[in-house]
Amino acid sequence: MTRADAMGMLIAFIARLVTGAQGHWKGCPPKAEQRIYFANHQSHLDWVLIWAALPVELRAVTRPIAARDYWTSSPFRHWLTREVFHAVYVNRQRTDDQDPLEPLVEALRNGDSLVIFPEGTRSHKGDPQSFKSGLFHLAQQFPEVPLIPAWIDNVQRVMPKGEVVPVPILCTVTFGAPLGLSAGEDKPGFLERARDAVIALRPSPA
Amino acid sequence: MSGLLDRLDALRRLSADDQIALLFVALFGALAVASAVVSLRSITRDDEEGALREKQLRRGLGALWLGALVFWVSWLSGPMGSTLAFGVISFLALREFITLAHTRRGDHRGLILAFFLVLPLQYLIVGLRRFDLFSVFIPVYVFLAIPVVSALAGDPHRFLERNAKIQWGIMVCVHGLSHAPALLLLELPRFGGRGAFLLFFLVAVVAAGQIAQELASRALRLRPVVWQIDRQFSWRAFAIGIAFAALAGAGLSWITPVDAASAAASAAVAAASGALGELVMRALKKDAGVRFWGNASSITGAAGLLDRVAPLCFAAPVFFHSVRWYAP
Repeated sequence: MTRADAMGMLIAFIARLVTGAQGHWKGCPPKAEQRIYFANHQSHLDWVLIWAALPVELRAVTRPIAARDYWTSSPFRHWLTREVFHAVYVNRQRTDDQDPLEPLVEALRNGDSLVIFPEGTRSHKGDPQSFKSGLFHLAQQFPEVPLIPAWIDNVQRVMPKGEVVPVPILCTVTFGAPLGLSAGEDKPGFLERARDAVIALRPSPA
Repeated sequence: MSGLLDRLDALRRLSADDQIALLFVALFGALAVASAVVSLRSITRDDEEGALREKQLRRGLGALWLGALVFWVSWLSGPMGSTLAFGVISFLALREFITLAHTRRGDHRGLILAFFLVLPLQYLIVGLRRFDLFSVFIPVYVFLAIPVVSALAGDPHRFLERNAKIQWGIMVCVHGLSHAPALLLLELPRFGGRGAFLLFFLVAVVAAGQIAQELASRALRLRPVVWQIDRQFSWRAFAIGIAFAALAGAGLSWITPVDAASAAASAAVAAASGALGELVMRALKKDAGVRFWGNASSITGAAGLLDRVAPLCFAAPVFFHSVRWYAP
């Protein structure tokens, strides 16, 4: 076992100890096929939670998106995202000659699964913000890859904004039924439908 | 009758290690017989309802096997090992309780205090056998500290309600449950090294009472006392459960420092406390929107551990103090 594997196991163990990281597969079973997971974004821990909720076999082929400037700025951050999480790095500053989705497209061509948070930023209260268009473009370019909506519940209670120590509170990740781009569907319509699919998974106390 | 009493006396005269060995042989033997019976019966039955009942039975048996194994391992690893094991259970129970209690952002520091300071300290105090401090640490000092930390967070919204929730959760999940390992470490005159028997006695009589109550309420279909909270809880089933626990307590009196009558009485008190504790926890879960008992629910936080330890959380402190006050 390499050091990166050990680190991954340690992180998953801590995530499970603190949050339970229970995965509820409502609309699809966990399966070793190429997928794009998209979820609501409330906390820095969101990625770790989805990753820990996945079965061990799927963790190695499911990759997060990381901002290149922040996550390569120190050797440890770079090692953590590169070796443990196999992150796909993107540039936050948009340059004219480069498509910001290019690294994602490359990873998908490679056959990897991705986890994306289409809101772009974290939303702390209520419903998720409207989705950015990246999801639409990926759905257009890779019609054969199923898009799996996911709702991450309770994670904002584990570590509210500005706190550093997490409180042990149970969280769940609910995975829904896959959806794809319908024929002739326009961008705003699709993004709205995708956002509704995520919101529909929110567990509600009866 | 006198022959039986003689035999109980002979058991009592065995050395502590022999008694423990006998206890584990009996425990694992009974479990093996029960598992074999369930497996044999599954061969002959093929209807739907029977399959469901059998699945529940198997799950219950699995939980018993796990409990017995934990008990055995904690006995092998000594008092510190079992204190640590209960500390972990306490942590998981409190995690589930706090998840269902819907705390706010202002509670964050108070919760950190509860999980990472109060809980380890309480179990450390148990491990060090400081039983005077152990009894007052959470009811007095933590009770005063939690609202202070909460007030410093600067959120006056529903202040008393939020602090009451946290304090109650710590009382039940940490203070209550920590009495179980405390039983292991209790030094009673002429009973040295047999603390594990007290814990086993408690778990066995509470479980016996629960099973008897469950079977009685299923078989008799009695009128529920509080149907809004529990569709099954009735006074007669409750009484049957207590009576059965008292019988089990009398039968197990040879592993306790007291006579059969006192053992039956303390078993009855512990079983009553446990059954009422379960009722209280059901009320709490109903309020949190959890409709199913156990973990057959999609509500975040209903992991099902709290349901299983709730009777012990309520029974352990009552039993602990009854032993401490009335034991010879």
